[in-house]
Amino acid sequence: MPVTKAQALVPGLTIAPANPRADAEGLERLALWVLQRFSPIVAVDGPDGIVIDSTGADHLHGGEAAMLDALVGRLTFAGVAARAAVADTWGAAHALARWRADPVFIAAAGAAETVLAPLPLEALRLPPALSAGLRELGFACIGDLIGQPRAPLTRRFGPELCRRLDQALGDASEPITPVRPDDMIEARRSFAEPIAAAETIARYIGKLVDALCGTLEERGLGARRLDLLCHRTDSRIQTVRIGLARPVRDPKRLTRLLCDKIETIDPGLGIEIMSLVAPLAEPLAAKQAPSSLIETSEPDLSGLIDTLANRVGAKAVYRFAPVPSDVPERSVCRIPALAEDTGARWPDHWPRPSRLLPRPEPIETMALMPDHPPNWISWRGIRRQVRRADGPERVFGEWWKRDAELAAVRDYFRIEDEAGARFWIFRSGDGEDAATGSHRWFLHGVFG
Amino acid sequence: MQERANTPAIAALRRRIAQLEGDGPCSREVLPFGIPQLDRKLPGGGLALGCLHEVAGGGNGAVGGAAAACFVAGIAARTQGRVLWCVAQQDLFAPGLEQSGLPPDRVIHVEAGDDRSVLACMEEGLRHGGLGAVVADTARLPMTASRRLHLAAKESGTIGIALRRWRRQSEASDFGQPTAAMTRWRISVLPSAPLPVPGVARPRWLIELIRARAGESLDIELEACDGSGHLGLPADMADGPAAAEDRRRSVSG
Repeated sequence: MPVTKAQALVPGLTIAPANPRADAEGLERLALWVLQRFSPIVAVDGPDGIVIDSTGADHLHGGEAAMLDALVGRLTFAGVAARAAVADTWGAAHALARWRADPVFIAAAGAAETVLAPLPLEALRLPPALSAGLRELGFACIGDLIGQPRAPLTRRFGPELCRRLDQALGDASEPITPVRPDDMIEARRSFAEPIAAAETIARYIGKLVDALCGTLEERGLGARRLDLLCHRTDSRIQTVRIGLARPVRDPKRLTRLLCDKIETIDPGLGIEIMSLVAPLAEPLAAKQAPSSLIETSEPDLSGLIDTLANRVGAKAVYRFAPVPSDVPERSVCRIPALAEDTGARWPDHWPRPSRLLPRPEPIETMALMPDHPPNWISWRGIRRQVRRADGPERVFGEWWKRDAELAAVRDYFRIEDEAGARFWIFRSGDGEDAATGSHRWFLHGVFG
Repeated sequence: MQERANTPAIAALRRRIAQLEGDGPCSREVLPFGIPQLDRKLPGGGLALGCLHEVAGGGNGAVGGAAAACFVAGIAARTQGRVLWCVAQQDLFAPGLEQSGLPPDRVIHVEAGDDRSVLACMEEGLRHGGLGAVVADTARLPMTASRRLHLAAKESGTIGIALRRWRRQSEASDFGQPTAAMTRWRISVLPSAPLPVPGVARPRWLIELIRARAGESLDIELEACDGSGHLGLPADMADGPAAAEDRRRSVSG
């Protein structure tokens, strides 16, 4: 389309000359950022994409779905509109990210054929002439191609078509050549004989960590991320990534964290090359330990936090901190386990339950409107007579956050049944005005 | 009973058993509750540090685990240092824990997803040694796992508390199975004392010490933890525990 026509169609159109080299450089920078934050094997999938091998790295973000959300969310925050998909193969993920993801899509393992079938032929990374030729023959989507005999297709279109099809379906391998920044801190070891035993791997992890820590010490750095790449004899790469809450260059600790993950490495027929990389390193200066005469040293928990975070995911280890909000579920936020002490407290003039239900559960009640506690409640099929009650504590909706909460009101009561069980219940609405809520009752927490 | 427990022969036997258990000659540190009736019955005059303890809720509390959580928070609040609290699915409400004496800055929460990981994280925390207490909400506590946890606690001197909590009421019978825990507690809610005005008074619990190694079991009615993690003695206990016993019977009956 000529520029003049485009300008006629869209008034005030911004025009910038195409600069493929700058685009490629930008994409490479983005790939390096992804390498540091998300996964050890990242490559540019030109001209408009990045391919990531997330195997062995998604546990730090709490699974594939959480990782994709975090990735797309952070890119959106930085002004990049991105779409992402997870699939078994590079080819399938390439197709799904461009034709299916909105903005994320996760294909179940082994389901590549079914999810790829309805996609158009262009999704297979074919040259335009080839897909046009296929269209002329009446092929509309990938599903039409999958069932076809291969020999006539190859004779007519050359080997490219079947290769791309096999790569997408996982029948042909397609190794990813990861990007590497120039000053990457790396320790590498090649083996004359491929190794496979867990003990041998552990021994060489120890040697690699020692070498890497030497380099880190020379540069005055500590590792925040460590990647162990095991190149197998069948040219696949097995990866292990560990994350650290603070920069570390203590060989013992790093070796232990890596050795905890040995069981996730599948050595196949043997590992030829092992390389240990620190994609993200931060300055770490030597610090003087406090003298035991003057002050007692605070025990260092970062080692424990790292071990736990690498076991259950970094998001699953946290502390709670107060948020100034009257709505109970919004009054708590999660902060990193090693964050500075906030010293902040919740106001304690009203008792709060020790367990809060994930979402308020509707209950049956009989109560006098507008400001009396119920006479009885029925929760999870059990009817309880209310003996004592305290309340109401009125919580207003936060209209400065959401327009819909302008009139919303919750009236909280603390009730005790005849057996002594104490619950935190609320009525949605003030009991008089229907605009303030539905006047239905909910159970929100259990007191000790 | 009290006199018999303090005779030199018994004390010598206790020392020998402790030696066989491998605790060494030095006696364990304890964390007293500050309630004489309770501390008197516990070996050493308080809850032993560097051990595993088990706590569960009684009745519906076996599923909800709210009172047990407050009781555990009160114990953890009185230790020194940070507290690691491992759960499978998070449902603790931090303001509630703070009112039991445990401020949010002191607690590191771990959401492990399943019981096996919860126990593994608890063991990791107990081995570290820099924490004040390690708590785990768990339904399963097999003998082997509990022995591992107990040994880890013994090495580091950190108190470990397994807060037993089941999905269904019927599974709570698992609490009778033997474990390596030092003590086993059951916390049940009781109606609070009547107030002269409408309202709910300070919560009351029936605290049952079901099993204590080298100690006796007991049950006692106490008021819930205050803002510093201390249990309270109800005012009507001034007449002696027997009076409270009568009152409780009349309440439940």
